[in-house]
Amino acid sequence: MTPATLLSLPIILCLGAAAAGQLLPSRAWPKRWLALMTMLAVAVVGAMLLVTVRREGVQAAQMGGWAAPFGITLVADLLSALLVLVTGVMGLTVVSYSAATLPASREAGAYYPLVLVLVGGVCGAFLTGDLFNLFVWIEVMLGASFVLLALEARQEQLEASIKYMSLSLMGSVVLLCAVGLLYGVAGTLNLADLSVVIPGSDQPRLLTAVSMFFLVAFALKAGAFPLFFWLPASYHTPPAAVTTLFSALLTKVGVYALARIFTLVFTRDSELTSTLLLVMGGLTMVTGVLGAVAQYDMRRLLSFHIISQIGYLIAALGLLTRGALTALIAFLIHYIFAKSALFLVSGATARVTRTYDLHQMGNLYRTQPLLAALFFVPALSLAGVPPFSGFFAKLAVIQAALRAENWAIAGTAVVVGLLTLFSMMKIWREAFWKAPPENQPQEPNRPLSLGDGVLGPCMAMTAFMVVLGVGAQPLMELADAAAGQLLDPGEYVQAVMGGRP
Amino acid sequence: MSPVVMHTVARMMAPVLLLVSLVLAVRGHDIPGGGFVGGLMAATAFALQMVAFGRPAARKQLRVHPTRLAAAGLLVALGSGIPAMLGGREFLSSIWGQLPLPWSDSLKVGTPQLFDVGVYLAVLGTAMAFILGMGRGEDTTAPDSRA
Repeated sequence: MTPATLLSLPIILCLGAAAAGQLLPSRAWPKRWLALMTMLAVAVVGAMLLVTVRREGVQAAQMGGWAAPFGITLVADLLSALLVLVTGVMGLTVVSYSAATLPASREAGAYYPLVLVLVGGVCGAFLTGDLFNLFVWIEVMLGASFVLLALEARQEQLEASIKYMSLSLMGSVVLLCAVGLLYGVAGTLNLADLSVVIPGSDQPRLLTAVSMFFLVAFALKAGAFPLFFWLPASYHTPPAAVTTLFSALLTKVGVYALARIFTLVFTRDSELTSTLLLVMGGLTMVTGVLGAVAQYDMRRLLSFHIISQIGYLIAALGLLTRGALTALIAFLIHYIFAKSALFLVSGATARVTRTYDLHQMGNLYRTQPLLAALFFVPALSLAGVPPFSGFFAKLAVIQAALRAENWAIAGTAVVVGLLTLFSMMKIWREAFWKAPPENQPQEPNRPLSLGDGVLGPCMAMTAFMVVLGVGAQPLMELADAAAGQLLDPGEYVQAVMGGRP
Repeated sequence: MSPVVMHTVARMMAPVLLLVSLVLAVRGHDIPGGGFVGGLMAATAFALQMVAFGRPAARKQLRVHPTRLAAAGLLVALGSGIPAMLGGREFLSSIWGQLPLPWSDSLKVGTPQLFDVGVYLAVLGTAMAFILGMGRGEDTTAPDSRA
């Protein structure tokens, strides 16, 4: 397949399958299989794209054959291709988990088409080479996520989706303003073109102001301090499959966008932005983990950990060295898998105990030993205990901070790691280790069992974590190459703009 | 008492609005207009029916479920980009041909027109899903989400 086909296929597949799914009769199995096959295809295309980019360098395609910077550009460097691959894998995991956990009536409805639209939006955001299109893809993704959040229409979900929607839309307004202002100043929105035009611009102050708009908008999407409050207000209400999808993909698009614009477009004021990002990252880590320590609802606790891990990513971006960007990419991949594993397991424990409240759980270690193991590995990995993937990812962040002689970030990262371990152990103690509470309501007529196929996706995620931990070297090499591309945008610009300056 | 003026106007205006929407959609390739505006204009025709005769009547006149219409439109629009890809060019590249007409010169047809048809259907379907949804509040988000 030509690179242009590979670049456009993830988007065409997802949106086409979403539309086809909506046209299918209202039965569970055709929609389920369509979604499964599409996600598999996206993962395969992502892998092919990654191989192509690794072998032949950055790939770009102009939709409709209109040359950049006028047309719609799709472009994949190593980071984009890697993220598309991970998106496909996560889509596959979440769809198979949904098939095992959701009632058939939900599956027969608009659920899978919406998941496909969301994944299509995420792929579009990772692959686009144009800021306005990035905005559009983020909106596509958010639009699907609003509906997914409120699909069951329970009261708490509607409350959550009102908070989530109003704050997300506020972020979108800021983003749109930023895009408009930037177009007014630079006269182009093509990322590669911007990276050529902006260094020679005669309005540096205005550009700094615009870059702050982007920082605020994407930090809100990423869930960074002090704009994270929409996340713990909403992520604990939808079914576990949906929470997993959100936690794996939505905030990561914000982080990806930050990484993209502050390495490719706004590189001139790196002192200012990197200070801001470092402060933001440090505070995000600390507030996230402190919020988590106080929680006794399993999913709320895990939601706060999303925030604290986002802090590591933003701090790594703030350091802006090759080592730090390598750490960022490795951490991003590790953390998508680790967090998803934990959310999937939290859904599985809730199927057994019928609650997310840690006070009311207990004894799962004896009744569900396999589930306990599947929690233990990602929990340790998230906290950064060797030999799992989290150890190498966190080590890379801390090393990068030490090398940049930024003791504050390095110290914060270590302390937050310990606090993460503490709150993971809290879940372990409460849900798996302690004796069940005395007054637990006994429901003899409702057998508490997991059901078929729930553990499969959890096992896959855990396996990834062990593989990425024991065999960390290939991932680190890939991340290092991707970081090299981020720091030297010449190849990216050349691929998009062709021979022209 | 039935609102005679409203009913009469709605009945008379519906074909006019639909015709204008088609004109807008077709002329849109070279002059202002296009599938998006055309689709919105068509939605106003059905919205007017809803105001005059109520939601069930408007839904019945649309015949197809609105989200299915939107999905079909999306498929058509995506499909218009595929032939170029099969021919080895980039997705959505336009392919033009001449359609000979017996009574005059040949007509220029191509994939961008198919794209506009898709956009027209998608916009009409989406707008009607919203409008019918406001009319009652249920039953329009998905053809089958009644769990």
